Amino acid sequence: MSEHHHDHDHDHSELSETELRVRALETILTEKGYVEPAALDAIIQAYETKIGPHNGARVVAKAWTDPAFKKALLEDGSKAIGTLGHVSRVGDHLVVVENTPERHNMVVCTLCSCYPWEMLGLPPVWYKAAPYRSRAVKDPRGVLADFDVTLPKDMEIRVWDSTAETRFLVLPMRPEGTEGWSEEQLAELVTRDSMIGTGFPRTPGGPS
Amino acid sequence: MNGVHDMGGMDGFGKVEPEPNEPMFHEEWESRVLAMVRAMGAAGAFNIDTSRFYRETLPPHVYLSSSYYKKWFLGLEEMLIEKGYLTREEVAAGHAMQPAKALKHGKFDLGQVERILVRGKFARPAPAPAKFNIGNRVRARNIHPTTHTRLPRYVRGHVGVVELNHGCHVFPDTAAIELGESPQWLYTVVFEGRDLWGEDGDPTLKVSIDAFEPYLDPA
Repeated sequence: MSEHHHDHDHDHSELSETELRVRALETILTEKGYVEPAALDAIIQAYETKIGPHNGARVVAKAWTDPAFKKALLEDGSKAIGTLGHVSRVGDHLVVVENTPERHNMVVCTLCSCYPWEMLGLPPVWYKAAPYRSRAVKDPRGVLADFDVTLPKDMEIRVWDSTAETRFLVLPMRPEGTEGWSEEQLAELVTRDSMIGTGFPRTPGGPS
Repeated sequence: MNGVHDMGGMDGFGKVEPEPNEPMFHEEWESRVLAMVRAMGAAGAFNIDTSRFYRETLPPHVYLSSSYYKKWFLGLEEMLIEKGYLTREEVAAGHAMQPAKALKHGKFDLGQVERILVRGKFARPAPAPAKFNIGNRVRARNIHPTTHTRLPRYVRGHVGVVELNHGCHVFPDTAAIELGESPQWLYTVVFEGRDLWGEDGDPTLKVSIDAFEPYLDPA
């Protein structure tokens, strides 16, 4: 057996072990009448289709075009988003923090993986992994460099560690050159990372 | 507990490596684990703080070497066994062998799905007035409980300023070990980066945590 083939088998059997254990657990929970498998399917389908960064992007784009909404959003994120018909699913205690020319905000959960699911979907692996969780509160500029993001030297950087059931969403600065753009057009510029604080929105004519 | 999950400020984990076009799940089983955790939590088998505590109590080498959803799976299985919803024999056999234990909110069926798409509510009526006002200086207590806490090590003993008051919330420290919700005032407390990390720290950095009142003393 070649070295490569051996590695492949090894990886495969490790994956299978976890897969088998997960299946066994679901079988037991089903047989005991705790869960209905179709309900588990529906949960997964909802996460795959209904939640995602498009929700946050619409909120950001609305804030960029509607000063009254932006004011309400910064005062009480959950309440303001609750008034938008098309983004109705939002939990309590969403705090929206605004980037300005003087201050950049960045969100982390050093203790686990707290993240505004309803606005951004399920968090990416890097958000839940040790490199980000360990360094974001100590060396955020170093972390930003891993994302090819550089901030002006004297700009304040504020890191929000999500240690309770509050959730944080960054309101990034509106890109220049977007005067007169519609909410729909603006929402296309809003990236997931710009709402975590590890990136910026796309710029008009820039890479998508 | 002073576990490896409390990662703020640790060194040596390397670069952050974003994955371009990352899929929502890397393996199908990950989605089943997510769904089982959400379903059993919603059915009342455990609260969110208990589920976090079970992941934190995984042995450090397991915590550090397991993928995110593997940790969720290991925590879920152990928690359901210890809470009496299944037995080790059933897990070994891969089938139910004992009668079910009643779930507080009943079986998780299709009709329950909609309600879990919005996070639960954690605000509670205040049992007493808030001790701190916005702008107060507070010191994070130097406490080291061996049970679940949401006060990260890197702020303990340091002085910060109360910036926001979020009202009274379920207290994770007691909820995690099933000693009740014991609602406490919750504040955003902001620290200067150099107070936390010393003179070599980034002078432009401010870090905040959300701190429950029992984590704080006046300073």
